[in-house]
Amino acid sequence: MSSVGIVMLVHTALGRAEQVARHWAASGCPVVIHADVNVPRKTFQKFRKALSDVPIIKFSQRHRCEWGTWGIVAATQSASEMMLREFPEVRHVYLASGSCLPLRPVQELIDYLSDRPRTDFIESATTADVPWTVGGLDSERFTLRFPFAWKKNRFLFDRYVELQRRLGIRRRMPHGIVPHMGSQWWCLTRQTLSAILEDPERSAYDTFFRRVWIPDESYFQTLSRLYSTHIESRSLTLSKFDFQGKPHIFYDDHLQLLRRSDCFVARKIWPKANRLYDAFLTDADHALKRTEPNPGKIDRIFSKAVERRTRGRPGLYMQSRFPHPSWENGLTGAKYSVFQGFSELFEDFEAWLARSTGCKVHGHVYARNRVEFSADQPVIHGALSASAAIRDYRPRSFLTNLIWNTRGERQCFQFGPSDNQEAAWTMARDPNAQISVISGAWAVPLFMSNRNFSELRAEAAALQKIETLFLDKLRSTHCKARTRIWTMAEFVEAPMEPLQNIIDDLGAKNARRLSEAPKMVNLAGFGQFLQNLKNQGMHPYLMGDFPVEPNLDAIPPSRQRKPYLVKK
Amino acid sequence: MLLFCTARNERVRLPYFLEYYRDLGVQHFLFVDNDSDDGTAAYLADQPDCSVWHTAKGYKRARFGMDWINWLLMRYGHGHWTLTVDPDEFFVYPFCDTRPIQALTDWLDASSIKSFAAMLLDMYPKGRIDAEPYIEGQNPLEIASWFDSGNYLIQKNARFGNLWIQGGPRMRVFFPEDPAKAPALNKIPLVKWDRRYAFVSSTHMLLPRGLNQVYDEWGGEKASGLLLHTKFLDTFSAKAKEELERKQHYAASVEYRAYADLMRDDPELWCKWSEKYINWRQLEILGLMSKGNWA
Repeated sequence: MSSVGIVMLVHTALGRAEQVARHWAASGCPVVIHADVNVPRKTFQKFRKALSDVPIIKFSQRHRCEWGTWGIVAATQSASEMMLREFPEVRHVYLASGSCLPLRPVQELIDYLSDRPRTDFIESATTADVPWTVGGLDSERFTLRFPFAWKKNRFLFDRYVELQRRLGIRRRMPHGIVPHMGSQWWCLTRQTLSAILEDPERSAYDTFFRRVWIPDESYFQTLSRLYSTHIESRSLTLSKFDFQGKPHIFYDDHLQLLRRSDCFVARKIWPKANRLYDAFLTDADHALKRTEPNPGKIDRIFSKAVERRTRGRPGLYMQSRFPHPSWENGLTGAKYSVFQGFSELFEDFEAWLARSTGCKVHGHVYARNRVEFSADQPVIHGALSASAAIRDYRPRSFLTNLIWNTRGERQCFQFGPSDNQEAAWTMARDPNAQISVISGAWAVPLFMSNRNFSELRAEAAALQKIETLFLDKLRSTHCKARTRIWTMAEFVEAPMEPLQNIIDDLGAKNARRLSEAPKMVNLAGFGQFLQNLKNQGMHPYLMGDFPVEPNLDAIPPSRQRKPYLVKK
Repeated sequence: MLLFCTARNERVRLPYFLEYYRDLGVQHFLFVDNDSDDGTAAYLADQPDCSVWHTAKGYKRARFGMDWINWLLMRYGHGHWTLTVDPDEFFVYPFCDTRPIQALTDWLDASSIKSFAAMLLDMYPKGRIDAEPYIEGQNPLEIASWFDSGNYLIQKNARFGNLWIQGGPRMRVFFPEDPAKAPALNKIPLVKWDRRYAFVSSTHMLLPRGLNQVYDEWGGEKASGLLLHTKFLDTFSAKAKEELERKQHYAASVEYRAYADLMRDDPELWCKWSEKYINWRQLEILGLMSKGNWA
């Protein structure tokens, strides 16, 4: 008979529990099984009878085990007592559940433990040092009383906690013990375990822990600190918990992952995971070939799952992720650039920007009555339609969809006061947005157009009003976008430096100096145009100070050609 | 695990439909046959795991079949996990290629989750939708294997607390000028039924309202699946015509009228940016469904 005894707590899937118990026993490990009182008597009798042919499998006195309550500790106590009494050669007792599965040959565990005869493997940390607790109760687990079951009487549970907090009721620790917590699944030496169970003060401790919340994670974890000569604070059982403190479940498709774990036992296994049970519950001859352990991979998969459930993918709006405003954890999925006034001031701005940065450059995607995707495509990534009616139906979703669908490729688009403004606030709030504005440039197309002046005057007034509102948003304290605003006069004065900055921010594919600038429209007469607007009573102020007669006619024609910069 | 379904003249689709859901682990099928004349009822009656109810009453009067289904659910669904789908809808959930549906429902039980979202994802073929005829027993996804991946629009419905989702190829092609009329795509087909529950409008939303809370509002993702909707096969034109004559569909069958108009000219839903279906992992990466914290 082996020196490792298994205490097994079971409540469902008895067929699997039977299989696992036999597997332990086949390697000579005595097993004491505790079955929850909730298991119907007939089912239990059948289970017990099925295992009656194995002399080293015994059944202990049954308790009611409700999650988070004392019953689980009581069950562990009586099963452990039985184990120590009935099997005197047992040196280490391993606590396992019916849904635990040994991942490595049992003999390896036996050898491992006999090499460490005085070591107790029990995860045990003080409440101040661990962040695992769920439900906001850590040290209060020990200082409050919990007579109501969390799962069944959540309301009473919460109210009673509140009441105690308000009244300032606190319990005293018996004999000044220091509460420790950790995984429920431990492996203790006979010396430590018997010291805990035979302690003359045990009844005082039991009384105390009876009213502690989730005592199965703290009773042995605390008391073993009193007696153990050598605690190794980790569990030999691989067990991963989700964000609510529920154990993750292993399925057939985790087989390769579990083979690479270096743990001896895993929990919890889905009872119908036939492939896992078949693969791991075999004798040494049929055991799978050992692979290089890589426990980090399991950690990564499960911590990613928790991350996904609690933080999600930034910029994604879908059927099971629809965050409240300001809980988005990223309004959009990637960085993007918005240009206002550039394609008005430069004749070929979009083509130039695409050439010098390699980004995807769209026209005015919020233009009235049409969506100007790059190359005038009727549909783009994600089958996003260029229908203006669909865009205007949910203008915000249009933006978030566009950015989500094209993640991996930087998007740039034009914006302006004649466009649909409903997504403006979203862009201003979005740290992913980089918004560059040449204010007042909307007047250039008016200036170039051949329309009646009264119409132009009315439109100029309207556009100026809209752009002012937009600029107010960009200057508000709630604006999270990176913004750059120039008046048109400033920009025309010295266009190269701002253009260079914009290109640098976009992370141009070749980080060299601009060799080519976009071509500015001919502004001869623009000052007079603005003056005419003023004379009609409409004061355009967003452009900054444009001289009425800027003497543009005096500039030699060569300056008006496309400007090229000479590389140093 | 019980499956509830209303069918009208779906004989040709049924063999594959049953095979698909039997493989997922559905144990029993409960059908309402709405006066089919193509042998649907007889075929279903021959199956060992199907129960069939027959009605000749109007689909519309029964609130688009929901009254029938709600009654069956109340009568037989209580205490069971129930999946309510149409014969052209195929349920896909995280890990559906390696884990039976019971693994999902066990996990939902352990997580105290009672309802599970699966948005309708319209699938369509490349080319004219009537180009390749559907053969009985065939996987319809072999023909209708394309979908729109990123043009869905979401609003919260304040009254019932559910999300209202529209978009996909039907909005893109049939309603580009009037998107508000595009059909709802949000669905909650998988529910641990209780006799106090009821579907309000199709499987789009439920009562009590808490069951519609299938989405996270604090930035995280809950687990969700999809219903691959294989309506757009060669059988569609005839169906649309028939439904238009019967006038038994939602909002004076506005949807079917739009289809009929369009189908006359150039019935193609496919576009350059359509995505070809590979598996659930692809759908999860695209952000159409989520594993949530199921790993």
